[in-house]
Amino acid sequence: MTSEFISEQFDPGSLKKNTKDPRTLFGLIMSGIAGTFMVMAIIPLIIILLYLLIQGISSISPSVFIELPPPPMVEGGGFGNALLGTVIMVSIGALISVPIGILAAIFLSEYSGGQIANWIRFATNVLSGVPSIIIGVFAFGAIVLTFKTYSAWAGGFALSILMLPIIIRTTEEALKLVPQEVRQASVGIGANDFQTVLFVVMPAAIPAILTGVTLAIARAAGDTAALLFTALFTQFWPNWENKLAEPTASLAVLVYNFAIVPFKNQQALAWAAAFILVLLVLLTSIISRLATSKRQF
Amino acid sequence: MLSSEDTINQTQAVLNAENVDIYYGDFLALKGIYMEIPKNKVTAFIGPSGCGKSTLLRCYNRLNDLIPVFKLNGKITYHGQNLYDQDVDPVQVRRRIGMVFQKPNPFPKSIYENITFGAKINGFKGDFDQLVEESLRGAALWEEVKDKLKQNGMSISGGQQQRLCIARTIALKPDVILMDEPCAALDPISTLKVEELIHQLKEEYTIIIVTHNMQQAARVADYTGFFNVRVTEEGKRQGYLAEHDLTEVIFQNPKEEATKQYVSGRFG
Repeated sequence: MTSEFISEQFDPGSLKKNTKDPRTLFGLIMSGIAGTFMVMAIIPLIIILLYLLIQGISSISPSVFIELPPPPMVEGGGFGNALLGTVIMVSIGALISVPIGILAAIFLSEYSGGQIANWIRFATNVLSGVPSIIIGVFAFGAIVLTFKTYSAWAGGFALSILMLPIIIRTTEEALKLVPQEVRQASVGIGANDFQTVLFVVMPAAIPAILTGVTLAIARAAGDTAALLFTALFTQFWPNWENKLAEPTASLAVLVYNFAIVPFKNQQALAWAAAFILVLLVLLTSIISRLATSKRQF
Repeated sequence: MLSSEDTINQTQAVLNAENVDIYYGDFLALKGIYMEIPKNKVTAFIGPSGCGKSTLLRCYNRLNDLIPVFKLNGKITYHGQNLYDQDVDPVQVRRRIGMVFQKPNPFPKSIYENITFGAKINGFKGDFDQLVEESLRGAALWEEVKDKLKQNGMSISGGQQQRLCIARTIALKPDVILMDEPCAALDPISTLKVEELIHQLKEEYTIIIVTHNMQQAARVADYTGFFNVRVTEEGKRQGYLAEHDLTEVIFQNPKEEATKQYVSGRFG
């Protein structure tokens, strides 16, 4: 038996890679094509960042963060008022949209089911697709015309509408990621619905919710169109005495205004502001990534 | 349904199902259950998949309320009070009748908070440190975790997590503990530990355990209920309680042919 088995001379064949095999060749070519397009997709990002870095960094000095925009042809100055205005309006937007968005998402994921939830979800998706210029016009009609003045409040309101769908969607996703078993455990030891959501589901979902909030903030900080009709722009600092009910500067609108003027000093400032804006977006994205890494589910 | 009536009458019934039918929508999942659960004993529910044993278990602490299409006809009484009366607060029920699930599901909080959470929301005003130590000792977990109470409950091993879930349940000082295949996700050594724990726990608690493992039922249970499935004329599967008796009787001398076949491993 044994000798017969050996004498059969089983040939296992070669295990070496054969690049002439059409199947291997096709795979290699397709990998190459996919890789090339990946590089093409990433090129715009790299060019934008590099260009902003080169153009923007030369105009950056400590004074640009604390000084007011200069008149045409005057050296120096900065965009301190626009930076502060952006921070104020994004904060107003977050203060409105974060509580509403999170509570709406809790309702969608924990309490409602069926048709109503689907309609709300659909409406949220539509809202997230509405161009920000339309949201700006809406806020103009609702707030600016009502109070007869451009204001940081109107700007913040417009931004909150921009942020709302992002927060609702990411929070709902975050809550859905918390396993049903954890809810059952909470209910099983005698917690009611509200206690389960507040003390068990929400804490577990907080990193993912934070991710959504920072993404919404990044989106709002960079938006121009929503502010053009609502906050407008000003050369001056946000006016606290007048309770911010005046035109308010923002980084995005400053870039828009100064980029199209023929004055070199204002153009340089626009580049610097654009650079800072991108840095802010980058920073919020990094924060959201850090928050994501703390996720438990 | 209970045949060894002398034995069961010596102990008081904690839970009593009287003519219970359970529906999911129009589908009658479990029909005509009469069953007494004796105090401070371990009762095992065994039977083939889909016979409704977990469904019935979840009725005892109204966890099925979370399923919108669930409906129960008949009565389940707890020390004489109908659990399904209109004015019964499920929160009060679940506080007295605790649940340990198939998959360990600690809260994504520290081990310490896993124990104290239930006590906190139920208005416990006492020494939390003492409660944590007592409960963890009660679940035979104290020695293993006493130096890492601040660690996340999800960072310990599966077997430890399941004992943490048991500790969390006994921290509420319940009357009854329901266990839904508590060892299904555990390795043999952890299973052994949980089984030893069940033996200790029955001195203070009434325990109902659903298990697919017949050796486990034979090892831990004083009484065993065998649930079976029949196919109705419309071709639907319907669960029912086939036999409920002392564990020895079910495993050594069952009255029903189906029970005999099931416990000897010939179907299911």
